[in-house]
Amino acid sequence: MKTALITGGSKGIGKAISIALSKNFHVVIGYVNSKELAISTVNEIKNSGRSASEVNIDISKKDSIDNAFTMIENSYSQVDILVNNGGITADNIMPRMKVEQWENVINTNLSGSFYTSQRAAKNMIKNKWGRIIFISSVVGLSGNQGQSNYAASKAGLIGLSKSISKELGSRNITSNVIAPGYIDTDMTSFLNDEKKEIIIEQLSIKRIGKPEDIANLVAFLCQDESEYITGQVIPVDGGLTT
Amino acid sequence: MEVTEVFEKVKHLFIEDLGIDASKVTMEAKLEADLEIDSLGIVEVVMAFEDEFEIEIDDEELANISTVGEAVHLLHSKI
Repeated sequence: MKTALITGGSKGIGKAISIALSKNFHVVIGYVNSKELAISTVNEIKNSGRSASEVNIDISKKDSIDNAFTMIENSYSQVDILVNNGGITADNIMPRMKVEQWENVINTNLSGSFYTSQRAAKNMIKNKWGRIIFISSVVGLSGNQGQSNYAASKAGLIGLSKSISKELGSRNITSNVIAPGYIDTDMTSFLNDEKKEIIIEQLSIKRIGKPEDIANLVAFLCQDESEYITGQVIPVDGGLTT
Repeated sequence: MEVTEVFEKVKHLFIEDLGIDASKVTMEAKLEADLEIDSLGIVEVVMAFEDEFEIEIDDEELANISTVGEAVHLLHSKI
């Protein structure tokens, strides 16, 4: 059975991805601080007769990435599918943005996804099969007030993924970006009902997205039959960016 | 380790990991022209050696490699 690692896999979109991929793969749920949530998701998957485990992986630290991969490789097998889902926000309008706010978001979301992909690619090249999926954001396509750091990190993933798709395509490794719109998670919990209504008005599909809307596409891209889809950016946003 | 031993290891990697016809792997063979190994294939071999022998090979040293023999001698000098 192939193994899928989902960074930030214990909650929100990552949790939905973990559950969706457990139908066909052994999933490793990467967490940083949410160990209990990760274990409860692992148990939820195991209770439905599927296979899962958890690993501590702080993608803002290269050592933590290396340790996590070594642990996965020693206890299961190499990572065949990598979902770069982990990320943080530190919002501020650009003129007021602090050095730490900029650097933390870029280091985690962009550099962290790079190092994780680099580590995973090694075995994928050897095995001549792999799936790398980046969870970006529509903000990376359109920009957003107060999120210059987050938008830059999410836009950066697009260039990274496209380059990977060209470098590794000859080894049956695909790399794609999913750009979620407004999805109902902790990251969007600051939206009150009034703001949600304003957002929904802009959408073709008249509801806020569910984490499962993203997870379904991840599962689709992981299939063998999806091997001809690579280097793409696919918005899943109810029509927001149309 | 003798040069011939390094050659045998390189040959083994080429055959097993890159699926190259054993009869084509000679010291004189050109990596790209004769063996049709792309740049990623060379990286693959180098990474395998770096892991096995815990050595590090600079990208600049790699740039000068065009034959099996040159690769073998570079690896031999590092081990």
